[in-house]
Amino acid sequence: MSKPLTIAMPKGRIYEEAAELMKRAGYELEADMDESRKLILEFPEQNIRVMMAKPMDVVTYVEYGAADIGIAGKDVLLEQDRDVYEVLDLKISPCYVAVAGLPDQPLSRIAPKIATKYPKVASDYFREQGEQIEIIPLNGSIELAPLIGLADRIVDIVSTGRTLKENGLVEYEKITDITSRLIVNPVSYRLKSTEIEEMVSKLSEVMEGER
Amino acid sequence: MVKRLMFEKPLGMRDTLPFFYNQKSKARQQLSNAILSFGYSFMDTPIMEYHETVGKVSATLDQQLFKLLDQQGHTLVLRPDMTAPIARVAASQLKDAEFPLRLAYEGPVFRAQQTEGGKPAQFEQVGTELIGDHSSYGDAEVIALLVESLKQTGLDDFVITVGHIGYVKAFFTDLLGDDEDTIEYLLNYLYRKNYVGYREAVKELSVPKDKKDALLQLLTLKGGDEIFDSSRSLARNQACMQAVNELKQLYRLLQQYEVEKYIHFDLNLISHMDYYTGILFEGYAPNLGALLCNGGRYDTLLPSFQLSASATGFAVHLERLVEALNEQESDDGRIGVIVDDDSYGQGLQEAKRYREDGQAVLLQHVDQIPDLQAFKAELSETIDLTKGGGERDE
Repeated sequence: MSKPLTIAMPKGRIYEEAAELMKRAGYELEADMDESRKLILEFPEQNIRVMMAKPMDVVTYVEYGAADIGIAGKDVLLEQDRDVYEVLDLKISPCYVAVAGLPDQPLSRIAPKIATKYPKVASDYFREQGEQIEIIPLNGSIELAPLIGLADRIVDIVSTGRTLKENGLVEYEKITDITSRLIVNPVSYRLKSTEIEEMVSKLSEVMEGER
Repeated sequence: MVKRLMFEKPLGMRDTLPFFYNQKSKARQQLSNAILSFGYSFMDTPIMEYHETVGKVSATLDQQLFKLLDQQGHTLVLRPDMTAPIARVAASQLKDAEFPLRLAYEGPVFRAQQTEGGKPAQFEQVGTELIGDHSSYGDAEVIALLVESLKQTGLDDFVITVGHIGYVKAFFTDLLGDDEDTIEYLLNYLYRKNYVGYREAVKELSVPKDKKDALLQLLTLKGGDEIFDSSRSLARNQACMQAVNELKQLYRLLQQYEVEKYIHFDLNLISHMDYYTGILFEGYAPNLGALLCNGGRYDTLLPSFQLSASATGFAVHLERLVEALNEQESDDGRIGVIVDDDSYGQGLQEAKRYREDGQAVLLQHVDQIPDLQAFKAELSETIDLTKGGGERDE
């Protein structure tokens, strides 16, 4: 038997949807795996090994070949620009990246400051708009930044818009739509092509069926 | 400024300790032997080159070059690859030599530091360049030699994926005409391995459905020699046909070299945005997250040195090859002669005798050894000439 296919799965929000999709494609993963504290689970009968990673880190595991395949948000792929194959849009966990801030506040003329978890996405976007901005990197509760005057705008993920609303912020522009993608390590893509192609085609069939 | 600790070295730079050094030399030797056996001649070029010449035309991105200034203020680069320097030599000192030229090299190349681990800024390449042969025979020779060289090192589990940039470009021209912006856009998605983006971009195009379907089918053109038929039915113009014929011819030749079991085809393989011009390839091995080797045909590099010639070659990433071979730490065959004041002369004689037989012998006075047991364990054989010491320990 060949070495198992290692899949890096994101912990948390995306996991349930991803596991459900995998299940419909015929890959039975434990449903409550997300709650267990185990980080690696073996499914020898399917020749699969699943590792649980922080969503931001899935791409790293796959680029270095520690995992053959991974499920990662397009936001992370855009931000990190890593050398992996992006083979399938799984269309799960839809959301978008947007620019937000306090209402009726024009962007400051002198060195506008943007607070974000996504420095690259934000600076690429404003450069395309012809705006020179300064980035303030934050790791969470980004909405705080405009409220206390740390930044003029924020660039963040929006799924329902509730957090923005509750904090009195408004959305200014939408940057791009985000869904989760199936990504593959470039070497695994060649050396384990049969197993990987099989998984890709099963998953695409499930996706086709939903349309 | 943070004060550096004494053990630190610049980001991306590594030391090569004896065990790894030995493995590297062994692999380098085996690769060289295979390359020499195909009639290639080794050569070397300086570590530094002008940015204006070699730096500009190399396949490495500008931001990845190590740049420095000479005393006159010219920008220099640490060579990022060996192909561009060899092209410079071929177009100058060797321009009157008999073509085709078969040249080979081994040595360190430099790519600017990455902040992350696992991406060294200096690494060694062993490779070949076949200059002035634009035929499929040339392409086949280079790929077959790559396979033979890797096999020579003991590696057997590897795959060489072959593509043809001429096919992809002609295919796009056939379907999209001279809309160069769109072609560039689509090529960029393939180069960045972003199939999702490619599919979306194709769906957005304002072209008839059958063209869209054909564009999407390009993604399926990979596998064994069976893909030639489907690639033929997709491609309609002369240039596509020619590219497919070249690939077929290449496959036939590789069968004659008996290396076809290592070969896969992927017609959307794009290793570089604008460096390669024909057949190109990448090699992969298990347990290695990244490329083991790559190469291909480049026809625009030599003309940038005013030599009109086509060339092809490969480069093997030596450190990654050693990693892929994953050999256990082995006995390095050294003999130790351990002496005291009285047996020093006898020890010298003994060591000399072994050295004349071509063996590696170290002579060590017993007083300077902190732990005799551990010292002996490091050697494959010890000859203890000290008073009371065993004559021979194996």
